[in-house]
Amino acid sequence: MDINAWLTAAIADAERRGLGDLRPLLETLARSTTALREAEGSARPDTPTPGTNLPPTGEHQE
Amino acid sequence: MSAPADLRTIAQIAPLIRAGDLSPTDLVERCLGRIEHSASLNAFITVLADRARAEARTAEREMASGHYRGPLHGVPVSVKDLIDVAGTPTTSGSAVPARHPTADAAIVTRLRAAGAIIIGKTNLHEFAFGTTSDESAFGPVHHPKDPSRSAGGSSGGAAVALLEGMCFGSVGTDTGGSIRIPSAVCGIVGLKPTLGELPCAGIVPLSTTLDHVGPMARTIADVRALFRAMAGTDDVAREPGHMVLGVPEAYVGERLDPGVRAAFERARSTLRLAGHDVVPVGIDGADCTPDVYLHIVLPEASHMHANTLVRHADGYSPGVRLRLEMGGYLLAEDYVRAMHLRDRLTRAVDAALAGCDCLLLPTLPIPAPVLNATSVDVDGHRMPVRAAMLRLTQLFNMTGHPAIAIPNGSTPDGWPVSLQIVGRRGATARLLDCAAAIEGLIAGQTGPVPVGKSG
Repeated sequence: MDINAWLTAAIADAERRGLGDLRPLLETLARSTTALREAEGSARPDTPTPGTNLPPTGEHQE
Repeated sequence: MSAPADLRTIAQIAPLIRAGDLSPTDLVERCLGRIEHSASLNAFITVLADRARAEARTAEREMASGHYRGPLHGVPVSVKDLIDVAGTPTTSGSAVPARHPTADAAIVTRLRAAGAIIIGKTNLHEFAFGTTSDESAFGPVHHPKDPSRSAGGSSGGAAVALLEGMCFGSVGTDTGGSIRIPSAVCGIVGLKPTLGELPCAGIVPLSTTLDHVGPMARTIADVRALFRAMAGTDDVAREPGHMVLGVPEAYVGERLDPGVRAAFERARSTLRLAGHDVVPVGIDGADCTPDVYLHIVLPEASHMHANTLVRHADGYSPGVRLRLEMGGYLLAEDYVRAMHLRDRLTRAVDAALAGCDCLLLPTLPIPAPVLNATSVDVDGHRMPVRAAMLRLTQLFNMTGHPAIAIPNGSTPDGWPVSLQIVGRRGATARLLDCAAAIEGLIAGQTGPVPVGKSG
């Protein structure tokens, strides 16, 4: 899921629940998630792009 | 028999107890007196005075009949109030309804089998979800040197109890540094063993992936005595011989309080002058440590508290509640990413240790922060207090390597500074051997760095 879309949805939900104080924490978390994803990318440059190397439908379910 | 006030360590009192020159009852009374005298520090949530007195009498009867259990027999020990003691509420430092265990945590059972007396349950940062022990339903834990300062956390009460002579050993938990951080702030010794080495059964979890339990005491010898009882091992201390000590320079980084940096350089210089090799090492990918940590601890803590948050949200401290709520928003895919990166960090620390006996780094980049502060100045950089305090400890919770915090002098204005020593996974006994040798070399080193000798 795109981080900006996630952040928008998360802030909206938090405010709907009366937890407006979560906004700065969620914004910090979004920056951290961006860094996490970048770290994963640099750690595994050979990671296949999702959808390009999946087994046939039905074989990757638990 | 009286208990002289200058007896501060298990190593000092154990032979006196065994010889009958010091009674467990007197020791318990002395500790209870210290707890009462310093009650304003909020080190304890529950004091088990009557039970401790009864346990002391039992210990005396056992020893009188020739049954000596070992160096913890008759020794008053405290446990963090996140750890079950049968018949006593486990509050976790929260106003959320406590649990009421009918059995001791596994670690308490082992300490009792070794003859330890459980004198009480110490205060903590609520649910161990913080580094300053100022979010507790039982009031903040105050630093004995200055009550406006934090004693560190989350096992802050344990550190204060040891520093003030309220007990001779303590049990803490460590998910991102919660044993090592208060040990550093208060100038005592705290050991986070290898992940999984000590059982967490009967302990309120924070993060099942990262939680550790371990001993705290005034010296490494005392920590070893507690660890042996808690692990059920009978290893003996050995001279480590010549050591190769790796310093992860890039990970330690520039953001250190000047007093902390000076103490670290002083220790490094002292170890070199003693003939040990102190070499730079790298930890590949360590710059993502806080991000990986956050994406594991937040969802796991949120999961642990999901039901209670629904029913008792108002029972949590506001800050702790917000952190728990935040974890509920984190995506599963990012949790999985963090778990993959955790494996990579584990291999990176293994690699850094491949040519070394131990890693050396400061435990904490700053001295004791002011209570309730949200940010702190670290050598000219403004940082969130939690992030600053976790910066050098949380990596080893994720990788599972054993790590110990030991006193390393003080800042120019007298605040304790700590050295962190990290060993190979599964080699906690070897870590203790190395740490004891280092403790012997750096103890009392409080002067300036010798010119030209640092590095």
